[in-house]
Amino acid sequence: MDLYEYQAKEIFASHGIPTLPGSVATDPNGAQAVAEEIGGPVVVKAQVKAGGRGKAGGVKLAETPDEARSKAEAILGLDIKGHTTRQVLVTEASDIADEYYLSFLLDRANRSFLAMASVEGGMEIEEVAATKPEALARIPIDPIRGVDEAKAREIVEAAKFPTEIADQVTEIVARLWEAFVAEDATLFEINPLVKDPQGKVIALDGKVSLDDNAAFRHSKQSEYVDEGAEDPLEAKAKAKDLNYVKLDGEVGIIGNGAGLVMSTLDVVAYAGADHGNVKPANFLDIGGGASAEVMAAGLDVILGDPDVKSVFVNVFGGITACDAVANGIVQALKMLGDEAAKPLVVRLDGNNVEEGRRILAEADHPLVTLVDTMDGAADKAAELAAGK
Amino acid sequence: MSIFLNENSKVIVQGITGSEGTKHTARMLRSGTNIVGGVNARKAGQTVEIEGSRLPVFGSVKEAMTETGADVSVVFVPPKFAKDAVIEAIDAEIGLAVVITEGIPVHDAAYFWSHATATGNRTRIVGPNCPGVISPGKSNAGIIPADITSTGRIGLVSKSGTLTYQMMYELRDIGFSTCVGIGGDPVIGTTHIDALRAFEQDPETEAIVMIGEIGGDAEERAAEYVKDNVSKPVVGYVAGFTAPEGKTMGHAGAIVSGSAGTAEAKKEALEAAGVRVGKTPSETARLMRSILGG
Repeated sequence: MDLYEYQAKEIFASHGIPTLPGSVATDPNGAQAVAEEIGGPVVVKAQVKAGGRGKAGGVKLAETPDEARSKAEAILGLDIKGHTTRQVLVTEASDIADEYYLSFLLDRANRSFLAMASVEGGMEIEEVAATKPEALARIPIDPIRGVDEAKAREIVEAAKFPTEIADQVTEIVARLWEAFVAEDATLFEINPLVKDPQGKVIALDGKVSLDDNAAFRHSKQSEYVDEGAEDPLEAKAKAKDLNYVKLDGEVGIIGNGAGLVMSTLDVVAYAGADHGNVKPANFLDIGGGASAEVMAAGLDVILGDPDVKSVFVNVFGGITACDAVANGIVQALKMLGDEAAKPLVVRLDGNNVEEGRRILAEADHPLVTLVDTMDGAADKAAELAAGK
Repeated sequence: MSIFLNENSKVIVQGITGSEGTKHTARMLRSGTNIVGGVNARKAGQTVEIEGSRLPVFGSVKEAMTETGADVSVVFVPPKFAKDAVIEAIDAEIGLAVVITEGIPVHDAAYFWSHATATGNRTRIVGPNCPGVISPGKSNAGIIPADITSTGRIGLVSKSGTLTYQMMYELRDIGFSTCVGIGGDPVIGTTHIDALRAFEQDPETEAIVMIGEIGGDAEERAAEYVKDNVSKPVVGYVAGFTAPEGKTMGHAGAIVSGSAGTAEAKKEALEAAGVRVGKTPSETARLMRSILGG
């Protein structure tokens, strides 16, 4: 789960990392109120989970509370890379003497963690990495040993932070690591980390990604979920404990196993090229088991998607044999009754496939077409979606 | 021969008394795996009867190894306790630990991997969040269905469970030496490269299928490895060409971040290394068939 900037900075602050005072607002009046409370010039910042907010007009300086109100009005509702701005962070404006970069992240390739730090702040770090790799210090962090004061100092020295702020930054590095571990994060980034004219170092903007697998030991993290920003179908699927991602096509997809479902999306997209360019409407993995209840829950979500014109059910009967899966499909269609009103293309393969196909043939559901191969079924599903 | 697992493997199950552990122990026994016991500290000294076998439950992996000579552990322990279970397997220096558990926090996986490395990598870790390892007709450590394929000449390594099954099934007439499901998490023990290295050395394996998916750069690194170190023919498949950026597709590790981890980049890297990459799973199976003439 990625967090908003204001959430990231709340976490920073709670771990003793200096940030500027500010609050989030969902309407112009709220933004004005926050600005009044802060007093003096403020920055109004769009809260969206996308980069390039400044360039998109989502970050504006306001000298007075009145101006904060009008800037918030302009920013709220703004579309930034497909994300609608629904909240703004109003925060004290700061004079910046210098900008830096600091992060901890998961290093998949080394099955470990990595600290990255640079005194070239304020720009996209990918750009620094590409154009001035020598300006970006990358220090591997052992997951067991972590970051003690000596390691924090090593990071600060490797990035060549100026001597006069080295102690401050060392402290921030140590606290950032502590927070990174405490929150089970995969990314903790401060960009920019700034020095104000008085020489105080502050986290001005931040990015945090948390590990969903660790949610069981962080009951508080559920507060960070922004239900209003969730796709309604994704929210519905989540409530049913389904692994679903909404996409922008017309062919609904259900399969078992993440890899097979990803593969199904691809095969449908290839087939769609011959049928009016139809595309997959979603990712939905009902898991290796593929029981009737889960199949029904999945079909319910997909058939409730107004964009879906046809559905491709692609199941490999491994752990659960095909006859059980076929019975599951038949029962699911019964459970859904009249709600199931879109054509279904079913491809079954694997254990007891003959019996599974026989069960579906015998049920002879008017909406169900049985196709033997994955590629053939994808073609049929695309054709049906295009024909509607 | 085969890799990682053979007819002499003695397998224990960590979490044998849980519902998943019991269910899949039964399936492993039915596919001929030599399961010699299980581990659950709270039920040490008891026995469990599964599929007509009376299996002893030990208090620790170390004890199970001493008593039975076990050299493989399959871990079904829930995410909350999985880190300690894997560390226990590592400390007991069991040869192979297959971690089936899905949903282990990545900090925990990074922690036990670091522990394994610091103690000399005496335990091969497969997974987590993987379907396991099967050497058809010999032994099956995990949840891979055994009856969809046969013993043969193909080695398979894959991030995905069901795509593994699909491939095993499509090429069941040629058969497999060993199939290794390495799992779809961001931090895993055994990698594509580890399996490729072992298949290259295995006289029974004549050709290799490698299945990848979006996220990370494991496939790119495997491609580099193939170019310099693998003489046997390799065919590949990559899932997730149509996956949008920034969305996790089922597996915790299956995510395109910015321009990194795309299926296109992986396919290009594999092809540049001389790996023939199928557009669909079926086409990949056909490529393998054309190589082995099955």
